[in-house]
Amino acid sequence: MDFDLSEEQRLLKESVDGLLADAYDFDARKKYMKEKGGWSKALWGKLAEQGLLGLPFAETDGGFGAGAVETMIVMEALGRSLVVEPYLATVVVAGGFLRHGGSAEQKARYIPGIIDGSKTFGFAQLEKNSRYDLFDVVTTAKKKGDGWVIDGEKFVVLNGENADTLIVTARTKGGQRDKSGIGVFLVPADAKGVTKKGYPTQDGLHAADITFTNVEVGADAAIGDPDNGLPLIERVADEARIALCAEAVGAMDESLKETVEYIKTRKQFGVAIGSFQSLQHRAADMFVALEQARSMSMFATMASDFTDAKERSSAVAAAKVQVGKSLKFVGQQSIQLHGGIGMTMEAKIGHYFKRLTMIENTLGDTDYHLRRVSEGGGLLA
Amino acid sequence: MDLAFTKEEIAFREEVREFFKNNVPPETRRKLQEGRHLSKDEMVTWWRILNKKGWGVTHWPKEYGGTGWSTVQHYIFNEELQSYPAPQPLAFGVSMVGPVIYTFGNEEQKKKYLPRIANVDDWWCQGFSEPGSGSDLASLKTKAERRGDKWIINGQKTWTTLAQHADMIFCLCRTDPAAKKQMGISFIVFSMKSKGVTVRPIQTIDGGHEVNEVFFDDVEVPYENLIGEENKGWDYAKFLLGNERTGIARVGVSKERLRRIRALASKVESGGRPVIEDPAFREKLTACEIELKALELTQLRVVADEGKHGKGKPNPASSVLKIKGSEIQQTTTELLMEIIGPFAAPYDEHGDAGSNESMDWTAQIAPSYFNNRKVSIYGGSNEIQRNIISKAVLGL
Repeated sequence: MDFDLSEEQRLLKESVDGLLADAYDFDARKKYMKEKGGWSKALWGKLAEQGLLGLPFAETDGGFGAGAVETMIVMEALGRSLVVEPYLATVVVAGGFLRHGGSAEQKARYIPGIIDGSKTFGFAQLEKNSRYDLFDVVTTAKKKGDGWVIDGEKFVVLNGENADTLIVTARTKGGQRDKSGIGVFLVPADAKGVTKKGYPTQDGLHAADITFTNVEVGADAAIGDPDNGLPLIERVADEARIALCAEAVGAMDESLKETVEYIKTRKQFGVAIGSFQSLQHRAADMFVALEQARSMSMFATMASDFTDAKERSSAVAAAKVQVGKSLKFVGQQSIQLHGGIGMTMEAKIGHYFKRLTMIENTLGDTDYHLRRVSEGGGLLA
Repeated sequence: MDLAFTKEEIAFREEVREFFKNNVPPETRRKLQEGRHLSKDEMVTWWRILNKKGWGVTHWPKEYGGTGWSTVQHYIFNEELQSYPAPQPLAFGVSMVGPVIYTFGNEEQKKKYLPRIANVDDWWCQGFSEPGSGSDLASLKTKAERRGDKWIINGQKTWTTLAQHADMIFCLCRTDPAAKKQMGISFIVFSMKSKGVTVRPIQTIDGGHEVNEVFFDDVEVPYENLIGEENKGWDYAKFLLGNERTGIARVGVSKERLRRIRALASKVESGGRPVIEDPAFREKLTACEIELKALELTQLRVVADEGKHGKGKPNPASSVLKIKGSEIQQTTTELLMEIIGPFAAPYDEHGDAGSNESMDWTAQIAPSYFNNRKVSIYGGSNEIQRNIISKAVLGL
């Protein structure tokens, strides 16, 4: 049992923290958000240069063969700096699909573009009525010749507006909520029949609602078994949740730091408001919430290597519950302790709150995951 | 980062489990599972079994009977002990006064007291809190005056846990009334059978008798019963309170209770189905399990940190352990209350003695719920823990 980082992991952390300290203060972030597409290609290039975009890929695929802990380190750092670039959508999610389900040809075709920073991805999964159930899919993929024809509507596809390639879940068989008959498809974002309506999100990212009308793709578009893609989707979604937990921990950590710094310096009644016990205890409770979330983020990170999918899912869901509860408390109280200034767009603290809030509602909120663990027989069973 | 136990650690856990299975008296285990109080005899019997095995004072230095285990082994041992469940060693002797004596006491004191603590030949109690000194412990007033080769002790202690069983007390006494609050306090030990010591029971809201008031009326104590230096008692008290850090989360206790809750909720019916099938109840139970898992991991982080970097500086996360650990313990007793619902009402006046078990398993659920309100109050109330976090961790 060991919670310390290895020497290599420590160096990775130093390097990513260093990069973001130099290149990603709050003003830089505002600048990046104004660039075309809403994020910085130059910064993305720097992430590529430092090898961060290639971390999880096998060395044979041109990557570094890093594991879940390395992703945790990076995501935590991205959370600290409120990074808006599409790391989750591209490296974690698309990378995950390719690593766990991609054929040799698919890997050779797509992974180099991720690693060198030239290509980004979007995960088109959410539907009008699917909410958080990954198996609830009405978008269809019908066989045509060797290939497929995709029809349907997907919503809030992160980085959907800018992505070069979309990874689309679509039903090849069965009814809306059948667990089998779901496939995963690689669709070029500029394919005929793909229409995108892009927009900024509450937390400063960009997403798109995307309609697929008679979109034809080849046989090589399917990742894994087109009739039984759910286990792959669940695995990648779990990895994305794990990454989100780490990102949330980074954002909470920074949020608490900013808040503590603020109440140490803000004076009222002639003294720093941090000298008031009601505020001190609130901050202490924020620390408790953060540490509990950090513990579960580590637990989930370890769980990503569990071979038993049920055990893995239950651990990840539990982490998402704890992180969801913690982020709500830390996020809300950060605003409260800042007082009026916390309500302004100008102050950084509100942006942490907004990102944290959106993380809770990504890939299953607290209640959703609590129900999952509960229906699965609990965590001690 | 690796959360798995090593092969050796897993083997050790098996050894511990096996020992408990073969050696904890079944009646003792059952009473603990049902939240009943144990008799003095039952506790001492078990502790002597442990001591015979060499596990009575596991964390003491080897020369005084300790095991030399790693921090992870200690963690495993405590976790298994709590979740079996079996009675934990008497903290007042093993975790509190013992370490003070082997760290600050003289050779004679070590020889005289330590083996008797390990075998519970003496039952120790703690004379810290006073009616006017709770969280503000340093305001204590109990006085020890030096008269020749004796101390004359006058004053009153309170919340003295299981003083009714005690042979010995370790006591914080004011020995220099002129000195500033923390400076004039000494750490003195003496027999509870001394003339002038009176123990009065305090009945708690659960109906139980765990705590007492202890009065000292011109109690004569040999001067040599002073531990360490005169007027340095506050340092020893701080050392003592900082000693028991990771056990305070009582993760094993809560784990055992959650297992019991699941079992009971599968048996007890409500609305024509087992309580466990009520989604609202089940989600509350699951939420508690998740909190406990997070706490267990937080505790492991503290344990791993101590294992690696030594126990020198108290890990501030230990305040998290106390706060969350006590909240979770309280939640488990609330869940038990929910399971039995209206059948919580009957009160067994003799329940505390453990002698009248005419009532079934429901008898101790409400008392245990009432009793567990104490866990966020004792050992430094949760508000004091928040003070510690805000000062020591956040620098406020």
